[in-house]
Amino acid sequence: MSVIIVLILVSFGMALSFLGAFIWAVSNNQYEDTFTPSVRILADDKQTVCEIKTENKL
Amino acid sequence: MEHSVPLQSETNLESFRYDNKIVMLFIKATVIWGIIGMLVGLTIAFQIYIPALNFGIPWLTFSHIRPLHTNGAIFAFVGNGIFFGVYYSLQRLCKTRMYSDTLGLIHFWGWQLIIVLAVVTIPLGITTGKEYAELEWPIDILITLIWVVFGINMMMTIIKRRERHMYVAIWFYIATFVTVAVLHIINSVELPVSLLKSYPVYAGVQDALVQWWYGHNAVAFFLTTPYLGLMYYFLPKAAERPIYSYKLSIIHFWALIFIYIWAGPHHLLFSSLPDWAQSLGTVFSIMLLAPSWGGMFNGLLTLRGAWDKVREDPVLKFLVVAITAYGMATFEGPMLAIKSVNAISHFTDWTIAHVHVGVLGWNGFLTFGILYWIVPKLFRTNLWSKKLANAHFWIGFLGIIIYVVPLYWAGITQSLMWKQFTSDGILQYANFLETVTQIIPMYIIRSVGGTLYFTGAVLMGVNLYKTMRGGSFLAEEEASAPALAKSYREPSGAIKHRILEAKPIPFLIAALIVILIGSVVEIVPMFLIKTNVSTIAAVKPYTPLELTGRDIYVAEGCYTCHSQLIRPFRSETMRYGDYAKSGEFVYDHPFQWGSKRTGPDLEREGGRFPNSWHYFHLDDPQSMSPGSIMPRFKWLLVDDADLSILPAKINAMITLGVPYPQNYSNVALTDYNTQANTIVADLKNSGIIVQPQKKIIALIAYLQRLGTDIKVTKPAPK
Repeated sequence: MSVIIVLILVSFGMALSFLGAFIWAVSNNQYEDTFTPSVRILADDKQTVCEIKTENKL
Repeated sequence: MEHSVPLQSETNLESFRYDNKIVMLFIKATVIWGIIGMLVGLTIAFQIYIPALNFGIPWLTFSHIRPLHTNGAIFAFVGNGIFFGVYYSLQRLCKTRMYSDTLGLIHFWGWQLIIVLAVVTIPLGITTGKEYAELEWPIDILITLIWVVFGINMMMTIIKRRERHMYVAIWFYIATFVTVAVLHIINSVELPVSLLKSYPVYAGVQDALVQWWYGHNAVAFFLTTPYLGLMYYFLPKAAERPIYSYKLSIIHFWALIFIYIWAGPHHLLFSSLPDWAQSLGTVFSIMLLAPSWGGMFNGLLTLRGAWDKVREDPVLKFLVVAITAYGMATFEGPMLAIKSVNAISHFTDWTIAHVHVGVLGWNGFLTFGILYWIVPKLFRTNLWSKKLANAHFWIGFLGIIIYVVPLYWAGITQSLMWKQFTSDGILQYANFLETVTQIIPMYIIRSVGGTLYFTGAVLMGVNLYKTMRGGSFLAEEEASAPALAKSYREPSGAIKHRILEAKPIPFLIAALIVILIGSVVEIVPMFLIKTNVSTIAAVKPYTPLELTGRDIYVAEGCYTCHSQLIRPFRSETMRYGDYAKSGEFVYDHPFQWGSKRTGPDLEREGGRFPNSWHYFHLDDPQSMSPGSIMPRFKWLLVDDADLSILPAKINAMITLGVPYPQNYSNVALTDYNTQANTIVADLKNSGIIVQPQKKIIALIAYLQRLGTDIKVTKPAPK
């Protein structure tokens, strides 16, 4: 059953790397805004509209 | 400061192009491999009750192509599905082209090469014998390389993103990449014997634990997390409304990945795995219900106020059923991980029904829905036939129902029959075959369900093909976005900002994987060798003939239908003999406990029947067991066992810690012939003339050895 030590170490290693990623995400202000991102992804396909607007400005 | 960011953004507007060619390649692969994988599945669904449908061809036999079906559905169909979804959504979420077109192409063609190699090797019996990880070591290495190529391409795309916030889907993709890499590497540590044969370094209970740690997490991180990422991107897109709660999606992600890793042992309940490890698996599996259902509700509630669209739009119909199936499967999973439920469900068709709710419902329908949405978009046209898509939906939906319901029925029926005692306290259905013939009608209905589902997928292929023909492909999609503002300031100071700007986490993860490969390959075998010696004095290594027979057992895929694990129930010890002890399996590279009993358990098969019975039974099972659904393995009677690598096999076993005498590989062949000749002589007494080098002799030797080391009393006949 010694392999369980390997698995626990590896699983903990992964869990720790996930924890590190989580801490990074929080300290990077990734979760400051928990609303806008959900709306923003809907808009990115309307890029052509934005381009026209930009052209008009120029 | 707050004002300067948008101002700067407008002046820094950058133009770039999304690469749709790579997306399209993966889409085509998804559809083609999906249909092929389902066709193989359909074939075995018929073969299970008409075994003659292998037409006497070894590589067309159930036990050879069932692993091809599972690998095909998971890694070819869902695998390519993940990749097209990631390559499409990641570019748009990061507002950038994929990091490298070349890496993308290497990834695509490399993955297809792996699939082709699997299609060739698995049916030929070139297999490691570990479920969902059957591919042999050269292909395992190729998988690792291609997976890393995918990872680098993805990570670098994320690093050069123009959108600072990483949308929740991206996190699901990252977790997928990291975890699958680790799982694959750890589970595939094997010692090559020849180009096409290797032994896993783990043995018996250890191998079982690693395998199911891998196996369950493959479900988690190959079939679930990447598809959740796709759900979080494509569902809002298709419904044209934001996800119900973005906050919930974040909680869903972090909770899910922290819990999933520990659930694997629920595949080994009532096995000889230590009880505490089994309980750990159960506890974490039950906890998984919370994040899983959080995700399901988040998906379904996204459609609040949009259910009228669901009535009209086939895309949304597929997505709704997919998310519901996800909810059903993730409710059922924790239930199956409870010991008292597992005692009934394990080794039966219940498991098969469960995974098909997952793969046909969740993965299949999510893929179909996304395909119907994305292909018209990429070809700047409308779907060729909405009616046909609706027909696909209903045929597929009925297909799932007609597939799974009979199998639930079959699983429970058979399990209860296995456990049924008469009032005299003896097994009511002492003949295993009775419990099989009882459920054959269910198998027939299941194959009808499978046919429907397959038909639906073919209709989709036609519909998508016609859509492509009718539109014009947008290979390079113009897009523009502001550059990521370099002057973005962290509130907590400049030093921290610089470190964060360097994005250490992706690199840390990449470094972690590189280190893992090295350390695992070096340390793990060393670490395990000492424990690869039996603590039960009576348990001895296999003789060369038995070892060869065991390799044939693995290559023929016997484990797809026969378990080698007697659980500690009275119904099982009466039927099969003493329950499994962990010390019995220390020389089993790989373990062969199996996960499904289409036929009876074989752990204590040794000595139950005479050699001649096995000879006739393998030649034609129906001659010994009328009504048996086991296919004929008549080529074993004529094919010679490969003895050229026997010394290498013995040496490999010695390296793995099996206590053969020193230089035993030199005399192994002599011992092989001696033992083979005794079986040949015994068969001759029964009027069978067969040469000692035939495969069947080795296989009989192995079967007669099974479980005899610590066999005390002769169990009742099956």
